[in-house]
Amino acid sequence: MIRDIVVIGGGASGLAASISAKKRNKDVLLIEREESLGGILNQCIHNGFGLEVFKEEYTGPEYAHKFIEEFMDLKIDYLVNTTVIKLDKNNDDFIITLSSKELGIRNITARSVIISSGCYERTRGQISMPGDRPNGVITAGSAQRYLNINGYMVGKKVFILGSGDIGLIMARRMYLEGAEVLGVAEIMPYSNGLNRNIVQCLNDFDIPLYLSHTVTNVEADEDKRLSAITIQQVDERFNPIPNTEKHFEVDTLLLSIGLIPDITLLDDLYVEVDPKTKSAKINQAYETSVKGLFICGNSLQVHDLVDNVSKESSRAGLSASDYLDGLVTNRKKIAINPGKNILYVAPQYLDFGWVEKDLLVSYRSSKKIEKALVKVYQGEKLIYQKRRAFIVPAEMETLTFSYLELDQNQDIMIEIEEV
Amino acid sequence: MAKEFICIVCPRGCRVIVDDQGSISGNQCKRGEIYVKNEMTNPTRILTTTVKTIFPEIPRASVKTDQPIPKGLLMKAMEEINKIVIDKEMNIGDIVIEHILNTNANIVLTKEIKRKEERK
Repeated sequence: MIRDIVVIGGGASGLAASISAKKRNKDVLLIEREESLGGILNQCIHNGFGLEVFKEEYTGPEYAHKFIEEFMDLKIDYLVNTTVIKLDKNNDDFIITLSSKELGIRNITARSVIISSGCYERTRGQISMPGDRPNGVITAGSAQRYLNINGYMVGKKVFILGSGDIGLIMARRMYLEGAEVLGVAEIMPYSNGLNRNIVQCLNDFDIPLYLSHTVTNVEADEDKRLSAITIQQVDERFNPIPNTEKHFEVDTLLLSIGLIPDITLLDDLYVEVDPKTKSAKINQAYETSVKGLFICGNSLQVHDLVDNVSKESSRAGLSASDYLDGLVTNRKKIAINPGKNILYVAPQYLDFGWVEKDLLVSYRSSKKIEKALVKVYQGEKLIYQKRRAFIVPAEMETLTFSYLELDQNQDIMIEIEEV
Repeated sequence: MAKEFICIVCPRGCRVIVDDQGSISGNQCKRGEIYVKNEMTNPTRILTTTVKTIFPEIPRASVKTDQPIPKGLLMKAMEEINKIVIDKEMNIGDIVIEHILNTNANIVLTKEIKRKEERK
C-alpha cells in the first residue's frame, strides 16, 4: 500500500499539517517517536499559547489537546513510540524506514512526506565552554522535561546561561519549586527573550540578569558533580574582559543557548540547505528542493509562537495535498534573497508552478530597528514596501504580496531600511 | 525611591519610571500608564505548575490558576498545590483546589489524566 502523505513528528506542526491534509481527503499517516502526541507542548506547562489561533490564552498541554481532539475526530492514522530512522527516494515515491518495539524495522512507501520533526537544543560542546565536564550541566529543555513530565528537580542551586525564553521560563519554574536561582548570563548586550518573560520570570523573583556576560569556567567536585561556575563580562567581540570574574557555587547550570532545526532525516536525500536557517531551503509551498518533500514548523525555522507553527504547518498540509492532486505544473523558480538588516528569509524560492496567488515570506531582522521600512525589490524595481515599528530579532516578521505580476526571470530581494 | 518598570503591553518595552510623588514617566502611550498603575497597586499573575498523581505512567499533571492571583501569594499557593496527590482519572478544566488561599481563583487541571488502556 502506498500512502498519500507520511507526516514525521506529532507535535504542534505535525498535528496541524495532518489535519489540513486529511480535510482534503488525503490518506495521512503520522509517525511520532514519543509515547503520546503533542510534542514539546506537553512540557510547556506555562500559559500564553493560542492567542492568535484561538483568541484565548492556553497552557501548552491545553493547546496541544485542542489539536489532538480534532486529529482524533478526523480518525487520522498514527503510530506512537515509533522512530523514523531513514528517509529515501525510489523514483517519485518516498521510502520511510521506521523502527518500533511493536513493528520492528519496517518500510513504508508514500507519495509525499511532510517533515515536522521540530528542533533540538544546542549543548555546551557547540559553544566550546571551558572547564571541567561534570554532571549538572544540562539543557534547559531537558530540565523542563524532567521537572514537568517526570517530576524530578535537577538541582537546588541553579545558574542559567542564555536568556532565550526557555531559560527564562525555567528560571521561574525552578524558583517556584524551591530552588535558589542565582542568575542568568547572556553574552549579547540584550536578551533574546520576550519582555514579558524578563518581567514575569526574572524581575518578579529578583533574579539578576547579567548582560554581556558568559560562563568562562566550570568546576567539578571529587564526585564529578558541578560545584561552581565563573562568569565574565565580554567585550564587543565577545572576548572575556580580565578582572570581571564572578564566582557562583551551584549544583546546576542550565543552558538556553539556541535551538537548531532537526533535519537529520534529510541526510540521505539531496536537499538544498540554507546555512542561515540551518534547515532545508523551501519554495512558498514549504516544498524542499526534492519534489513532494515538505518541511514546516521548528524543523523549518525556529518559531517564537506556536500559533505561527500551527498556521504554517496547516498551509504545508494543503500544499502536499495540491501536489498530490497534480495542481503543480510548469515549474519555474526564482530566488528570494535576504538583503540589508535581514537575518534570514523563508521561503528562499518562489516557484511559479504553484497555484497560490499570494506570497507569504517569514523573516527576522539582524538587529533592533525602531522605525523600519521593509522593501522588496526585483532587480532595481521596488515591488512592495511596508512600514513597521519596533522590529527585533527575537520576533519573527511576515509580509504578504501578490506575485502574479512578477518577472519570472529575475530574483527578488528583501531588505529593511532604517528611517 | 523611584521605581522602574518594563511595560509588557507591546513589544516596544518602554522603561517606565515612577518617582516618589507617584508621577509616571517614560511610557510612550496611555496603556503603559494603566499597566504600571496596576503593577503598583495590585499586581496579579496566572500561576502554572504541576501536581503529583498516583499513576506511574503520568507521575505529574499540569495545573493552573483559572484566573490571576495576587503576585505575593505565588509561593504560598505553591505550598498548597504541592500537598495535592491526584488518585483518580480527571479531565482538563476539572478543579483540584477550590478558591485557593481564599481568592476567587481555582486550581484546575491543564492535562487530562487518563490511564493508558482507557485512552481512545
